Amino acid sequence: MRNPLADKIVKVKPSGIRKFFDIVNEMDDAISLGVGEPDFDTPWHIRDEGIYSLEKGRTFYTSNAGLKELKVEIVNYIKRSQDVSYDADHEVIVTVGGSEAIDIALRAMINPGEEVLIPQPSYVSYEPCAILADAVPVIIELKEENEFRLTAKELRDAITDKTKVLVLPFPNNPTGAIMEKKDLEEIAEIIREKDIFVISDEIYAELTYKDKHVSIVSLPGMKERTVLINGFSKAYAMTGWRLGYACAPREIMEQMIKIHQFAIMCAPTTSQYAAVEALRNGDEDVASMREAYNQRRRFLMNAFREMGLKCFEPYGAFYVFPCIKEFGMTSDEFAERLLHEEKVAVVPGTAFGDCGEGFLRISYAYSLEDLKIALEKINHFITRLREEKK
Amino acid sequence: MREQILAIIEKNSRIDLKELAIILGAEEIDIANELKALEEEGIICGYHTMIDWEKTSIEKVTALIEVRITPQRGQGYDNIAERIYKYPEVNSVYLISGGYDLLVTLDGKSLKAVSSFVSDKLSTLDGVLSTATHFILKKYKDHGTILTKKYEDTREKITP
Repeated sequence: MRNPLADKIVKVKPSGIRKFFDIVNEMDDAISLGVGEPDFDTPWHIRDEGIYSLEKGRTFYTSNAGLKELKVEIVNYIKRSQDVSYDADHEVIVTVGGSEAIDIALRAMINPGEEVLIPQPSYVSYEPCAILADAVPVIIELKEENEFRLTAKELRDAITDKTKVLVLPFPNNPTGAIMEKKDLEEIAEIIREKDIFVISDEIYAELTYKDKHVSIVSLPGMKERTVLINGFSKAYAMTGWRLGYACAPREIMEQMIKIHQFAIMCAPTTSQYAAVEALRNGDEDVASMREAYNQRRRFLMNAFREMGLKCFEPYGAFYVFPCIKEFGMTSDEFAERLLHEEKVAVVPGTAFGDCGEGFLRISYAYSLEDLKIALEKINHFITRLREEKK
Repeated sequence: MREQILAIIEKNSRIDLKELAIILGAEEIDIANELKALEEEGIICGYHTMIDWEKTSIEKVTALIEVRITPQRGQGYDNIAERIYKYPEVNSVYLISGGYDLLVTLDGKSLKAVSSFVSDKLSTLDGVLSTATHFILKKYKDHGTILTKKYEDTREKITP
């Protein structure tokens, strides 16, 4: 039989998280700090709206780009949070999670051989999606000493005449890093000068613990060259609803909608109705979840300080990214031993790029009670490691 | 900070000072002073424990009683409310808008104990026009806490 497979996809490495996932799943009593989604249930009024839409028989396709009323709410939200105006009819698409938006944005913008800049550590899908879009992924290795922000110098050094798109993944999974306005201004200057485009994945926009999140589209001349991606998963604890969106200049959006139209048709209708309610009446839910995450974040940072575990203070998402280089092990080894010896699961930093070596991603999408138990165990573990070293 | 402290201890009054200071990013001494002030101002009125008596072997009956009363000149409802809340078996007394005036909740040892309290004590008070007693059969949720189900983490253990 002939080889049924496409070389392009065979060459893509499976997600580094997968291997670990299988081990953890075999252990019944493991405490996991490895989850990349909120621990909260979707607020009831939002779920109720989804149920109500089903009761009313709203079980049909929506238009390809999404329900008009949802697109209008999305535009209103960006206006009130970033003071940037989009045209709901031509510049917005509702997608199956932020993930779909990443995929179709890359496919809409890349010609074979063009380069996509991907800062890492970052979410696992940018690089494979870029490869599938026939792009050449170019990794920018972010540094702990810069709090894992993307600096102007790093960006400038990575740009060639083949560079087309920069993926901008902030607030960041897995590091929890943010880009503040001044950081964005510095890179925006280069982006304009070099005439490249941005795919800004702002799925954690609502979860920042310093100032409010600033989107790069709010800077002069940037809306015209940016695909802004956000969604409902993290802010409203709606991961399973699979709903995200993108806003982009009409020219790019038209092509994104074409891909979406033929590959997906439309995002789930029930989820879209629920999302309208989320944007209209969900601000308080977001605020109270943000406060809970922030309390846990402070708790973890304090616990690390007490353990003497090095960790820069992250101001976004719901992850901390402590450094374990002092123990002289790889992230993988550390995570595996921690799992076997203390039954605590964390994700090795290398799952998010080679430069995640020496770090762990610890999620605080868990109750304080659970975090306390897990942190106690981590403390035992590293105390033992330090004694072994002596 | 006041609001945050209250939101936390309303759910968990046993949290210790040190932890409260850590999660709020404040100094212990400031939290202690704030708590003291909140107590002195009567904003924090007590630290109670939520008990699901259903799960114990102790018999307990809770009733909600709607009470219609004639307000008294110069006193309004306060006088009668006070006469009602002084009974130790009375758990809470609220002045209510709408079809009746006072909502009284009551803990008793048995149905009989509650009904005799209502017929002997409550309905015979001067100014009480009528009462309607509702017995609570099951508590699903109390003080914001769901009693009938435990939280279960159904997420996948590791996700990107």
